[in-house]
Amino acid sequence: MATQHSRSAARLMMAPAVFVLLVWMLVPLIMTLYFSVLDYRPMRGAFDCCVGLSNYTSFLTSSAFLDSILVTLVMVGGILAITVVGGVALALLLDKPIWGQGIVRILVIAPFFVMPTVSALVWKNMFMDPVNGLLAHLWEFFGAEPISWLSDLPLFSIILIVSWQWLPFATLILLTAIQSLDSEQLEAAEMDGAPGYSRFLWIILPHMARAITVVILIQTIFLLSIFAEIFVTTNGAFGTRTLTYLVYQRVIESQNVGLGSAGGIIAVILANIVAIFLMRIVGKNLDA
Amino acid sequence: MARAVTPQKKALWTVLAWIVGLIIFFPILWIILTSFKTEATAIADPPVWFFFDWTTENYGIVQDRSDYFRFLWNSVILSVGSTAVGILIAVPAAWSMAFVPGRRTKDILMWMLSTKMLPAVGVLFPIVLIAKWLNMYDSYILLIGVLTLINLPIIVWMLYTYFKEIPVDILEAARMDGATLRSEILYILTPMAIPGIASTVLLNIILAWNEAFWTLNLTTVSAAPLTKFIASYSSPEGLFFAKLSAASTMAIAPILILGWFSQKQLVRGLTFGAVK
Repeated sequence: MATQHSRSAARLMMAPAVFVLLVWMLVPLIMTLYFSVLDYRPMRGAFDCCVGLSNYTSFLTSSAFLDSILVTLVMVGGILAITVVGGVALALLLDKPIWGQGIVRILVIAPFFVMPTVSALVWKNMFMDPVNGLLAHLWEFFGAEPISWLSDLPLFSIILIVSWQWLPFATLILLTAIQSLDSEQLEAAEMDGAPGYSRFLWIILPHMARAITVVILIQTIFLLSIFAEIFVTTNGAFGTRTLTYLVYQRVIESQNVGLGSAGGIIAVILANIVAIFLMRIVGKNLDA
Repeated sequence: MARAVTPQKKALWTVLAWIVGLIIFFPILWIILTSFKTEATAIADPPVWFFFDWTTENYGIVQDRSDYFRFLWNSVILSVGSTAVGILIAVPAAWSMAFVPGRRTKDILMWMLSTKMLPAVGVLFPIVLIAKWLNMYDSYILLIGVLTLINLPIIVWMLYTYFKEIPVDILEAARMDGATLRSEILYILTPMAIPGIASTVLLNIILAWNEAFWTLNLTTVSAAPLTKFIASYSSPEGLFFAKLSAASTMAIAPILILGWFSQKQLVRGLTFGAVK
């Protein structure tokens, strides 16, 4: 059906989108690449061209770098684990025959629409504050010593806050997947005497596999760039500095543009490795 | 589900589901309740639930002090503006990918999605620099541009999955009847594509509204949206729970309502059509 004419028309229609994304990707990246070989610290007036790869070596060899990689892995991994396991459980629960299912669904999905700065700030002050926070009251009610969440368990606290925001997303998608399951298959298994857990393990879970993959994939894209939640709660202190946040601090807070840019390039390279890996899975799971 | 369920079982599941649902929703409920308290009741120990003197004074104070409506207006301009520009660029692209796919269509789609994975901090400084050179830092144009670009891959993908479901036979029939490309788009494609475009618009407004990396880093006052407005409550105002709650309620209410209407599209849209 595609004639030569419609093909070139198609290319023309695609051009603006491809062009703006290409510029958006390349121009700042090339600038960052350039800055990364400079000794560039605007606050001190330092601007020395071409210090070679020394920014890279000092970024890579600093203990902050390895720590930040570890924090990133723990944070993203923790959130993925909580949201996927919790999402499967919640989806199974919401799939049961219940009164007011629609309303419960609305309640469960709500946190996803709360903007990150709001949820971070509200959790930090109104829930996790060791004196006036609601969790402190709850702990006191049970006679326990209140926890100062963000200084004693900072990484866990942030994982909790972000999981609260993303659990609805996982739940909603997994619920949609469960509901598309053919109920006859389940009934047949039930009549053959298959107990609940084996029906879950051999019928429901395999059916959800694709949806779970998609959830992990899309959440990873968004979670690798978590920023506001850290910015508002700990500002990167107490071992909550992800790679993203480390680069941010080097460039913006300490105004060491050279070092930060080298870190930025390293972050881009690492993200690309993850991206190549994820894109392979995307190719299999999304019908492009 | 046609399976017979005893009423007892149903009651049990219902109670369980409602408890879990209310726990998840609780923080939002608590924000809304607290926004109607006085500062003293807000930090009362033990916490006060429903029986207190309801007051709306916090909303007035927040508006007076932080000029909520200006931030709200900025949020509307940025999210609607970036969505409009994004749709304008993405519709032709997605249309051609869906109806005239070439050998590289899939690669281009994958590449677009992969740009979403580039860490934004890696390019933050150059963008700030360019913005200052062009004298556009903290301006609508800059923010609309940036928000359009970061969400463009998602818009293209979503539209693509919707467009692909439009039967091609209709287009062929129209072509046989001598329809030009223009009339094809105008009279056949557009009406069939409108539901998909509408869902894309809705979802993208939500994403742009809640975007909190670029909006925090590229604005100071004049183009600052609600994400920035709330971040300014970080300290010391964050300790005034009632006012923080009023500000938070106002920041999330519009999008919460919009979001509830778009649940169905959310699943489809954010999974790029993989889960329907």
